[in-house]
Amino acid sequence: MSGATERLIERLAADAEPVGRLRAPALRAALWLLAVAAVGGIVIAGFSDLDVFARRAQDPKLVVEMIATLATGIAAVLAAFELSLPDRAAGWTWLPLPPLAVWIATSGYSCYRHWIAFGPDGWELGESTDCFRFILSVSVPLGITLMLLLRQARPLAPVRVAAVGGLGVAAIAACLLQFFHPFDVTVIDLSVHAVAVAIVISVSSLWARWSERRGEEAARP
Amino acid sequence: MPPESSRDLARDREWSASMAAAQNGDRAAYERLLREILPFLRALAARQHRVPDRIEDVVQDVLLTVHRVRHTYDPARPFSHWLAAIARRRSIDALRRRGRTEAAEVSDEKAYETFADPRAKDDREARDRAGGLGAAISSLPRGQREALELLKLRQLSLAEASRESGKSVASLKVSVHRAIRALRAKFMGGER
Repeated sequence: MSGATERLIERLAADAEPVGRLRAPALRAALWLLAVAAVGGIVIAGFSDLDVFARRAQDPKLVVEMIATLATGIAAVLAAFELSLPDRAAGWTWLPLPPLAVWIATSGYSCYRHWIAFGPDGWELGESTDCFRFILSVSVPLGITLMLLLRQARPLAPVRVAAVGGLGVAAIAACLLQFFHPFDVTVIDLSVHAVAVAIVISVSSLWARWSERRGEEAARP
Repeated sequence: MPPESSRDLARDREWSASMAAAQNGDRAAYERLLREILPFLRALAARQHRVPDRIEDVVQDVLLTVHRVRHTYDPARPFSHWLAAIARRRSIDALRRRGRTEAAEVSDEKAYETFADPRAKDDREARDRAGGLGAAISSLPRGQREALELLKLRQLSLAEASRESGKSVASLKVSVHRAIRALRAKFMGGER
């Protein structure tokens, strides 16, 4: 054995304080999602116009879109917790893709229908700037709490974990948005939503890359 | 690499129990485990690296990572699988780092030979140069000076230097690279 490796093992063993084992990733994901559901429920009950939402919810397309959005969020959050552990398959990355495809397809169909109904007006910028601000501002607190939890595992591939977690956060924000969004989306609205989601994913990934580069705790046993 | 034969399974159960004990603070079990996994780690690293020093660097990196993420091991799951996933990741990181370093540096074997000009061997000139070098090193920013001292003067391995300074292996590499570039610019007027 090389002397340096020998010395390293001695030092690591001397430094082996008891550590708290992380709970199962599915349980950790479920606890975070429940906390978000509780806070989201209070905000919806307190601030959204549920009568308008109830009328819009009679459209099965909206229901499918919301279920797909929520499923994307749940799947991405679960995948991010799994991926944060060293021995979980990289295949978890693809878990949110099927509901994401349904989400994109139903939103796209809604835009198309809107465009047919309203002609060129269907291209107008609706309340997009508000939606944009909503998705970003809801994503910030959700994103920070989720990233802090994911970092507990000190993931070996932090950028992938942050990107998948970012998708989850943005999808949950987009789902909550439906309660405060009393109209169908236009093409421009959809693009604005997509840009907001992309920003959340990019910021999460960049943050993870930046902290990985700093590697402040990387070599500190 | 999931355990396959019954011998592998027995070994895996033993390692898993040692890691569970280590998570509870059993230092002796942990030290024994780290020693026992060395051949396994060297064999994995040797699949992607040929140079023994490099293999040892990867092994040390894996040991540091195991230490850092030991709270993520779930004793209900195979230990070798968890360990191999970490080893593979660190091995690939080392390959990437090597790729980046080799793209940025040149190797000149003749640089190690003495100069044909006898004046180059003059003690006084060497002393002057050493004095100048000492002053140049002292003028470097603290982080660069520390990286240079640990890695080049004391010749510690990256893992050891990283432990001693509390800085990551990657940041030490960057600091020492910058330090050498600064010294080169000072003494050779920016020549490579």
